[in-house]
Amino acid sequence: MATVAERPAAPPDQDRAAARRRRRRAAWRRQRVALLFMSPWIIGFSAFYVYPMASSLYFSFTKYDILSQPRWAGLSNYRFMFTSDPQFWVSLKNTLWIIVFLVPLQVIFAIAAATALTKVRHGLSLYRTIFFLPSMVPLVAATLGFLYLLNPAGPINRLLHLLHLPEPLWFVDPRYTKPGLTLIGLWGIGQIMIIFLAALLDVPKQLYEAAEIEGAGPWQQFRHVTLPMISPVIFFSLIIGMIQGFQYFTQAYVVSKAGERTNPIGYPQDSLLFYLSHLYQQGFERFHMGYAAALSWVMFIVTMSCTIALIRSSRRWVHYQGGFR
Amino acid sequence: MTAVPRAGAAAAVSRRPVSFAIRRHRILMSVANHSVAIALSLAFLLPFVFIMATALMTNQQVLSPNIWPHPFVWSNFKTVFQSFPFLRYTLNTVTYAGLATVGVLLSCTPVAYALSRLRWRGRQVAFMLVLSTLMLPPQVTIVPLYVIFVRLHWIGSLKPLIVPLFFGDAFTIFLLRQFFMTIPEELSDAARVDGANELQILTRVIVPLAKPALAAVALFQFLYSWNDFFNPLLYAGSNPNSWTLAVALQQFTNLSRGVLWNLQMAASLLFMLPVIVIFFFAQKVFVEGITLTGVKG
Repeated sequence: MATVAERPAAPPDQDRAAARRRRRRAAWRRQRVALLFMSPWIIGFSAFYVYPMASSLYFSFTKYDILSQPRWAGLSNYRFMFTSDPQFWVSLKNTLWIIVFLVPLQVIFAIAAATALTKVRHGLSLYRTIFFLPSMVPLVAATLGFLYLLNPAGPINRLLHLLHLPEPLWFVDPRYTKPGLTLIGLWGIGQIMIIFLAALLDVPKQLYEAAEIEGAGPWQQFRHVTLPMISPVIFFSLIIGMIQGFQYFTQAYVVSKAGERTNPIGYPQDSLLFYLSHLYQQGFERFHMGYAAALSWVMFIVTMSCTIALIRSSRRWVHYQGGFR
Repeated sequence: MTAVPRAGAAAAVSRRPVSFAIRRHRILMSVANHSVAIALSLAFLLPFVFIMATALMTNQQVLSPNIWPHPFVWSNFKTVFQSFPFLRYTLNTVTYAGLATVGVLLSCTPVAYALSRLRWRGRQVAFMLVLSTLMLPPQVTIVPLYVIFVRLHWIGSLKPLIVPLFFGDAFTIFLLRQFFMTIPEELSDAARVDGANELQILTRVIVPLAKPALAAVALFQFLYSWNDFFNPLLYAGSNPNSWTLAVALQQFTNLSRGVLWNLQMAASLLFMLPVIVIFFFAQKVFVEGITLTGVKG
């Protein structure tokens, strides 16, 4: 108000200047309100992302065990990781197995289950509930359940015995631990399946009618109508699956430690040693915090590169309808 | 789930006289389709059946080839409560899941509001940063966070699990923002004309309209925390008084030297029961929420 009084000349100009100032003041007030609303995130982002990311990067170049101060070690953590840590490569291989094998298998199974649901006219909601239910079960409980189901004398092996099929030792035999985890993964497919079901039911009926008129059989309809139409959802579930695949931990940890508390993470014979298991073991069991930080940065870079590669490739195979970005 | 009524409409349209051969073909197809669905249902349900049956068996019977419990040992559930502090773990889990849900709702609602319905400088940048934390594997930050929580003497308590959620969560912010964007701007403008400030608009106009989204977000967070294993193991695992059910159940596996499958299955059932009850009551909220994340994500 005081500034207005200083300039009494030229009334129209003064009006305009006052209006501009009022607008600027309103904008500033809006900015302040917005920042106030944003403040929980601003604090959280600085305290739980920016600062930890920066110090994690610093730790990754040090030897650090929490008790004493971090000691600068240059690139030695990274050098050790790539040249002298056999467990790093084992954990990477096991994690890639999850991403390259289990995740696509889950997607295929989810599409198949959702397709089976689209074929039934009555009782869809009951079937949907049943298919979805296992994905609600807490991972620890699901894993304990499968530990029982797949124990060498358990129900599954009794069933295999009746059918005169080989009875693997599942979670005791390193060759069969990952197939055992696959069963857990396929059982809990519900959430992806629900998304696929929605996508499948959203495919316009006219497209199938047009394909049928042109003489396309069921497989060709699926290949040339359904698949392109649900490709955005396939893309989405592959991305999510990959990011979660790098964080695969709980099921493997529970299985490894089930027999004996003192079993090492990854038991038996490192067949269940996944990337995050390795990081957990190094950082929080042996307190090699510097090395764990280096592992987490490699994990970050690998996840990011894979995500970017997948997004790049999506331009070739993901089909977006108009208006859907 | 818009397509479900559409399937019904299609059935109504096709109701005109059809020849016997076509009708027979249709019935056969329907039988075939239902048998696939039923077979898959059995596969999904079978683990539940075995877990439940085992939870009711004596430990001798678990190791015998009999599948049906005889006698039904309902006292297994009581034994679970008596043989280890199950109530304590339940209380810890409820504390974690409950406070996490409250924290996420309180902190993310205003943030999502600022990102969707206020015009200010830096909004786009802030939104991009939220999205980028969504893509960030949480493990990148755990080493320094662990160090911070050691310094604060929070390790062995539930605080490291709960406190950060009072400062925003990218997934929740993103979902709420997407939902707030769909609410017509005229409603806020009308309230503004009536002299309401932004906080009043948020609490009296937006929140009531966004109840379905808030419910979905609350459910997601509650279930996530209830089921969470990695974080409670990392931050609270060293102190048995702070164990959540997920951690306790895993430790219980170690402690039972003679592998008491029946008690283990009974404990697992008790652990999953609340989740399944919630699911049956809130199925619609849940399914719609997941579809929203999938389609819009």
